[in-house]
Amino acid sequence: MSLVLFIEQVLNGFQFGIMLFLTAAGLTLVFGVMGLINLAHGSLFMIGAFAAASIAGWTGSFVLAIMASLAAAAAAGALVEVAVIRKLYDRDHLDQVLATFALILILSEGTRWIFGSFPLYLNIPSYLSGPISLPGGIQYPLYRLTIIIAGLFIALCLRQLILKTRIGMQIRAGESDREMIAVLGVNISWLYTLLFALGAALAGVAGGLVGALQSVQVGMGEPILILAFVVIVIGGIGSVKGALVASILVGLTDRLGSILMPEAFKLFLPPADATLMGSALSSMLIYILMAAVLVWKPTGLYGVRV
Amino acid sequence: MKLKIMLATAALAMTASAGLGETVKVGMITTLSGGGASLGTAIRDGFMLAIKQANNPNIEVIIEDDQRKPDIAVQLADRMIQSDKVDILTGIVWSNLALAVVPSVTAQGKFYLSPNAGPSALAGKNCHENYFNVAWQNDNLHEAAGGYANTAGYKNSFILAPNYPAGHDALAGYKRMHSGDIAGELLTKLGQTDYAAELAQIRASGADSVYFFLPGGMGISFVKQYADSGITIPMVGPGFSFDQDMLAAVGDAALGVRNTSQWNKDLDNRANAAFVTAYVDEYGRLPSLFASQGYDTANLLLSAMAEANISDRDAFRDALRAANFDSVRGDFEFAANHHPIQDIYVREVVLEDGVYTNKILSLAIENHADIHAANCSM
Repeated sequence: MSLVLFIEQVLNGFQFGIMLFLTAAGLTLVFGVMGLINLAHGSLFMIGAFAAASIAGWTGSFVLAIMASLAAAAAAGALVEVAVIRKLYDRDHLDQVLATFALILILSEGTRWIFGSFPLYLNIPSYLSGPISLPGGIQYPLYRLTIIIAGLFIALCLRQLILKTRIGMQIRAGESDREMIAVLGVNISWLYTLLFALGAALAGVAGGLVGALQSVQVGMGEPILILAFVVIVIGGIGSVKGALVASILVGLTDRLGSILMPEAFKLFLPPADATLMGSALSSMLIYILMAAVLVWKPTGLYGVRV
Repeated sequence: MKLKIMLATAALAMTASAGLGETVKVGMITTLSGGGASLGTAIRDGFMLAIKQANNPNIEVIIEDDQRKPDIAVQLADRMIQSDKVDILTGIVWSNLALAVVPSVTAQGKFYLSPNAGPSALAGKNCHENYFNVAWQNDNLHEAAGGYANTAGYKNSFILAPNYPAGHDALAGYKRMHSGDIAGELLTKLGQTDYAAELAQIRASGADSVYFFLPGGMGISFVKQYADSGITIPMVGPGFSFDQDMLAAVGDAALGVRNTSQWNKDLDNRANAAFVTAYVDEYGRLPSLFASQGYDTANLLLSAMAEANISDRDAFRDALRAANFDSVRGDFEFAANHHPIQDIYVREVVLEDGVYTNKILSLAIENHADIHAANCSM
């Protein structure tokens, strides 16, 4: 395996990790602050992608499409919070899981009802398409590089928001003691709606950005949801910093594993068997990583609560 | 999500072709939600179009969604056999689901007509007299593609497919016919949507062509990312990844790609011309490969119903085996293992009046039967 291939995979790992972070950040905030398990987070990702595909189809503008994915997912998130989620904060996790699972079904079938079963068209805009040359003779798609940069920028904004603003202070306070900040006069239900919409918006943007690379179809959010849960468990529930570190870790493990595992098996197995074994094992790698982290740190890398 | 379609209301409008009088209950288990929904929807629409055209009051179709999950497909099959008392099952898109469902269906004395999945495990030693595949044995389109790669002068192919039975069949089929070298071989996750890691390996491999089998949304993702990666070597695929229902979502990235299929909308025969017109009238979109398979499956069933009663299993089986219907792909007959013997073509993705579609370039293999038939002792 050449160095160029290795570096390209590292970049791919980063890009995948950044996408995971955008999805997982909202999930971990909602879980950490409100104590809510939201299985419908993947549906918000899907709503972002569908909004982006529709707006790109109407206007032809990719920038507008991404803004639409943000707005649509935030609006859907706020609506869902007010209509359904608000009634679940005091219930136990099983009720939350059941209700948000129902939301997945409703949102998926609703989307199918509006847009049909066939995948939608959403493509990379021409000014971001094609590969660019990086130092060392690496050819890397410009769009994926843009995602890495945009994702890091969003992560930075989120950090500033949480550490430097009043709302961020309230979010952090809510994370450590929910009852107390309500007693101190913070409008907790407004804060929760805002936070939920923020998480939804991040997932929606991720959906819009990824939609241009993938097929925009009903059910596209579910696979990413499972990975997002893996990320927040590894990172420590409620920790945005943990989510970022864990996302990158999961992204790199997955991407490097998918090329290194088959290569490793080729050392002592015939190629066909090595491919089969390597593929099987590499798809398990992130779960093995999760198990290993949990053995080492049962609350996750940056988690405080048990 | 239960969708029950009763077609027994048209009794007065019985046509001459209705044949014998026993009611046949058909259970269709197919993928109508999630990432593979477009495939199942096309199969269902093709199947139901033929049923509607036949206007036969003696057929009742129950349609259920398997969500592309083997456990759900098995539950649905059990329920359809035990409580709905269906005589015939059909509809499954994915080979892993077919492998979970078909052996128990045929063992219970019911017929299974496959409109798509044709895993090699059911075509050879484990073939069954009650199992008919109306589409192809999984290897077939890939074998044709391997043959096409030879004609096109590709000497060093990079090949990839999802890690599930049809994926293994695909790579085996391509390698069986391709006389060049294999620059690299990858098995990806079923349902995977990001192919950055695979594309990096393709770029590094020095291959002169890429062959991939990635049905449904997987193929859309791959082709879009391939076009954006700057890799310039030609790609070849089976028709599934360049199917009519996919092309609109892929756009320009698919233009000019050669792919193999047993059917295309421009195949010159009367049944096909009628099918394409009727499908467009009914659903407002062009039919896909999968729709054509659903349509043929229903017509095979109807042809058997005209010849024999379902209660006489042996006569009904013989009527199915005779395949006395007008297939939209032209000539059609079953090999000894109840899989089709058929022509397979090379198609090219073109833009026709602003619509992305395929046109036939040449014949890839004539009268092709699968190699597993030799191991079938039927």
